[in-house]
Amino acid sequence: MHGLTYYFSLSLSAILIENFIFVKFLGCCPFFGVSKNTETAMGMGVAVTFVMTVASAVTTLVNTYLLGETYAYMQTVVFILIIAALVQFIEMFLMKSMPALYESLGIYLPLITTNCAVLGVANLNVSNGLDFISAIIYGFSAGIGFTLAIVLFASVRERLEYADYPKCFKGFPIALVAASLLSIAFMGFQGLSIF
Amino acid sequence: MQTFVFPVLILGGLGLFFGLLLALGSKIFHVDKDPRLEQIVEALPGANCGGCGFSGCSACANAILRGDAPVSACPVGGAKSADAIAAVLGVEAGNTVRMVAHVNCRGGINAKRKYEYEGLEDCLAASRVAGGPLECPYGCLGLGSCTKACPYDAIHVVNGVAVVDAEKCRACGKCVAACPRHIISVVRETEDVFVSCSSHQKGGDLRKICNIGCIGCMLCQRNCPVGAITVSDNLASIDYEKCIHCGKCAEVCPRKLIVKASDSVIE
Repeated sequence: MHGLTYYFSLSLSAILIENFIFVKFLGCCPFFGVSKNTETAMGMGVAVTFVMTVASAVTTLVNTYLLGETYAYMQTVVFILIIAALVQFIEMFLMKSMPALYESLGIYLPLITTNCAVLGVANLNVSNGLDFISAIIYGFSAGIGFTLAIVLFASVRERLEYADYPKCFKGFPIALVAASLLSIAFMGFQGLSIF
Repeated sequence: MQTFVFPVLILGGLGLFFGLLLALGSKIFHVDKDPRLEQIVEALPGANCGGCGFSGCSACANAILRGDAPVSACPVGGAKSADAIAAVLGVEAGNTVRMVAHVNCRGGINAKRKYEYEGLEDCLAASRVAGGPLECPYGCLGLGSCTKACPYDAIHVVNGVAVVDAEKCRACGKCVAACPRHIISVVRETEDVFVSCSSHQKGGDLRKICNIGCIGCMLCQRNCPVGAITVSDNLASIDYEKCIHCGKCAEVCPRKLIVKASDSVIE
């Protein structure tokens, strides 16, 4: 078991210092695809956070008790299987028991199956040697970091609509430029390295 | 032995476990879906334009099924999809009329300008600069915010004023929302005549700033055989409940403002 300080620094590092999008460049597809307005960005962020947390818990358990050191080479294929099945299961569960949440997540939930940030968090849990509770906290914080990044970026993009920039930058190019600038800003957190 | 069998067992076992879990889940969490929902979705155009006011075609289908929206909720699909949905639900479609957007201004090059605007190509931005570049506080600014908003390429700026292409228009209402002057309205196409001016200025004042706006001369009101036109606050308006489509008003209008939807283009 670890102290509260450890968990705090763990989540801080997942949210800011090692932000999944701006520092690790994971999950860039939904980051660019679903960041046209803040509301949908929020929906995507919540869905990703939810799946990341649950996926972290299950993959850590499977890795510790089934795969271990011996079958470490099977991690990727097993994790993909787990994540895909989990998303399906969660979708069914939500449809039945929380239709309101299901409606608001909408199309984003099934899309997450192919989000590399989720597989990334499962792999990082293993390579960092995190135990069960730490893995859940790390997964949840990584999701919060993802949400933070995508919502920030969406609000930037909403303003970009009215910005005065050369026509050839219209649409995707200016979004990439904005993302890189945001990413540089997040590099500033590197000095905070605790973990 | 161990290197071959165990990995296969682990992966196979996990696959089987999750397969069973999902099979079990689909039984436990089974939600009865109305089969009609899918049929309604199919009857809708599937453009997800949001013209109906819902967040997409399937949301619209849901609302229709619940009874929160009429079968004719989709302005894009029009009578065709309304009939198909009515057939699915087993109700009468009623009379659905084709709707089109109409710009109630023909100013453009005919309207006097206060200053030359050289900012963002956006009507809202322009209207914030000293009330817009036009002398007329009601007129179309012609910077094409509606053109950008239109998903069907049906509205364009011609000679400085936005004009709707009635054939392409699907009446989704995107341009109505985009216009900062609120001069675009969605009207019934069959109702033939529209007053293409939004100005409430007095005739004399208006003459100085626009060659084509409504001066409130009352000719249309006096010549309408059924009393469908009233001029109030210096602007003519047509009561479509009474209108008999005789076209008298279009003939007598000295400014040629009262037009049919099909020829609302400035020559």
